[in-house]
Amino acid sequence: MSVQRGLGRTIRLGVQSLLLHKLRAILTMLGVLFGVASVIAMLAIGEGASEEAQEQIRQLGSQNVILRSVKPPEDLRGGSETTRVLSYGLTTADFERVRDSLPAVERAVPVRQLQQEVRLEERYLNPRVLATLPEYVDVTGRVVCEGRFLSTTDERTVANVCVLGYEVARFLSPFESSLGKRIKIGPDYFECVGVMLPRVPLSSDAPAPGLDVTGEVFVPLTTGRRWFGEVQVKIRSGSRDMEEVQLHEVYARVDHADNVQLVAEACKEMLGRQHKQKDYEVVVPLELLLRAEETKRIFNIVLGSIAGISLLVGGIGIMNVMLATVTERTREIGIRRALGAKRRHIVTQFLVETVVLSVGGGLLGIALGLLIPIGVEHWAEMRTIVTPGAPILAFAISAGVGVIFGLYPAWRAANMDPVDALRHE
Amino acid sequence: MANSAELPVAELRDVTRLYKMGANEVRALDRFSFTFAPGEYWSIMGSSGSGKSTLLNILGCIDRPTRGEYLVEGEMTSTLDDDQISELRSRQIGFVFQSYNLIPQLNVLENILVPLIYQDDPPPDGEDRARRLAQRVGLGDRLDHRPTELSGGQQQRVAIARALVNDPTFLLADEATGNLDSKTAGEILDLFDELHAEGKTILLVTHEPTVGRRAQKTLRLKDGRIDEVRENRGGA
Repeated sequence: MSVQRGLGRTIRLGVQSLLLHKLRAILTMLGVLFGVASVIAMLAIGEGASEEAQEQIRQLGSQNVILRSVKPPEDLRGGSETTRVLSYGLTTADFERVRDSLPAVERAVPVRQLQQEVRLEERYLNPRVLATLPEYVDVTGRVVCEGRFLSTTDERTVANVCVLGYEVARFLSPFESSLGKRIKIGPDYFECVGVMLPRVPLSSDAPAPGLDVTGEVFVPLTTGRRWFGEVQVKIRSGSRDMEEVQLHEVYARVDHADNVQLVAEACKEMLGRQHKQKDYEVVVPLELLLRAEETKRIFNIVLGSIAGISLLVGGIGIMNVMLATVTERTREIGIRRALGAKRRHIVTQFLVETVVLSVGGGLLGIALGLLIPIGVEHWAEMRTIVTPGAPILAFAISAGVGVIFGLYPAWRAANMDPVDALRHE
Repeated sequence: MANSAELPVAELRDVTRLYKMGANEVRALDRFSFTFAPGEYWSIMGSSGSGKSTLLNILGCIDRPTRGEYLVEGEMTSTLDDDQISELRSRQIGFVFQSYNLIPQLNVLENILVPLIYQDDPPPDGEDRARRLAQRVGLGDRLDHRPTELSGGQQQRVAIARALVNDPTFLLADEATGNLDSKTAGEILDLFDELHAEGKTILLVTHEPTVGRRAQKTLRLKDGRIDEVRENRGGA
């Protein structure tokens, strides 16, 4: 009981002593304040950035291997004719080989990407039109939120149906369901049979007309091939580029995460044999994920060191002020010792003052540190995540800084000779 | 008051205190032996360098003899560690300083309570006692004032209340009237007389003969030894 009362009194006394020099106390707290605030803010921004990156990678599927067509470098194409057909990329034969010859591949899905205008009455935009198979949803883990995805019947009957990405559906038909609407894609009309869930939850407002909406529209592979052929015309600054690309992407789902690397190697080898030029790339999301995690780890170490240094500087500032305070209050220490204070009383008194300073700075720092991410999210439109551990960690660190950097001044105070201390002016 | 069966409040046996000043050794106290009996009122006098400050520090247990033994109520102090001797100070010694030495951030009541908060087992009625003592020295209505709001004489009264709060074995006053004008000093000395009459043991260190004569007995030091022991007429 008396111990508790004693500590309460010591804390109150510590606060009173600090209040004798308000400006000094505030300035001293600033070091810890900014240290703690930067710890929290940097952790929140770092966490948000890496979460976003990892989310994107995860959406590609950690058990997938993705093959992509890549346009070969300009100089290899030769000539500068204004009109020619450039043929490159993955072929249907590549897709079949990947699907059939690798036992670890559970499923494989080809994707063709078409450049077409998508229109519903007077609203139109240029999303990515993807021609693909019904298995696309199984491999990529995408979810239909309304209606259905493409079916094998659509594929067999070369049906004029399409599935809209969420953003596209919201744009074309903001006030009612797009289901059953006749959507004009390129030259022909397609019946909308489904709408996909967005990849990441979006803000609820519909995109304003005229904005560059990047979205997706899915059509059956056979239908895509029938209406749009293999050759696509791109008009670029006066010249016309014609490209022949059979498949833009092939998603291969591997049976087990352990086999992802093996399948990736096998695909590279297989494609290397079939392709004369490097007009493809093999993307392994799992590898990207691991790399992103490694990057995050390094990022955290760097942030941790910066925060550590600022807290160290803050701690040294506190120690400096406390040493000055101890010298300034030598006489008080002498009086207290003469009146019966034991060394531990003096240690406690000064340690409590230091901890009050650092914890006070720490609490203000936490408040500021929680405000910064809100500002960043608002002004810089970056995602931030404040993990509950961050303020707790910051608080513990600030208290620790107080104890560590307070020990030496307190020890100095406690070990003064009472006779000399009393004589001190 | 003095009773031969009672233990002496303070006893010095062959106490020597040496200071090293560079290569030289200064002998502040030289094989000094003396006994203060309970209820006595002593003034300790001597010119500067006579060793009276050293004697005061040893009596107050904030300094230790180089050789010899100092006993407080029969308890040997040489065997006590720092915590134990601090506890002894907080229980048995009542310090009154020349420059009052109140703690500026504490109010009158809190200042009086300081010796008690450092005791291992503080008395439960400490605050009542502090209030009564504040009343006793005439500052019962100033309990929440800060030292800076008081006159010198009032501050010294608070300091005396503080010195009495632990019901000490003896009161140790170091030039307690040195910073006061003669009228206020007289009032403080009257207070000492009253306390003596109540049976308190008072050891008053001073260099002023007029103050020294107010005590019952005077111990005069010279070169770390006893120069003179004298009973003052008019002492209580």
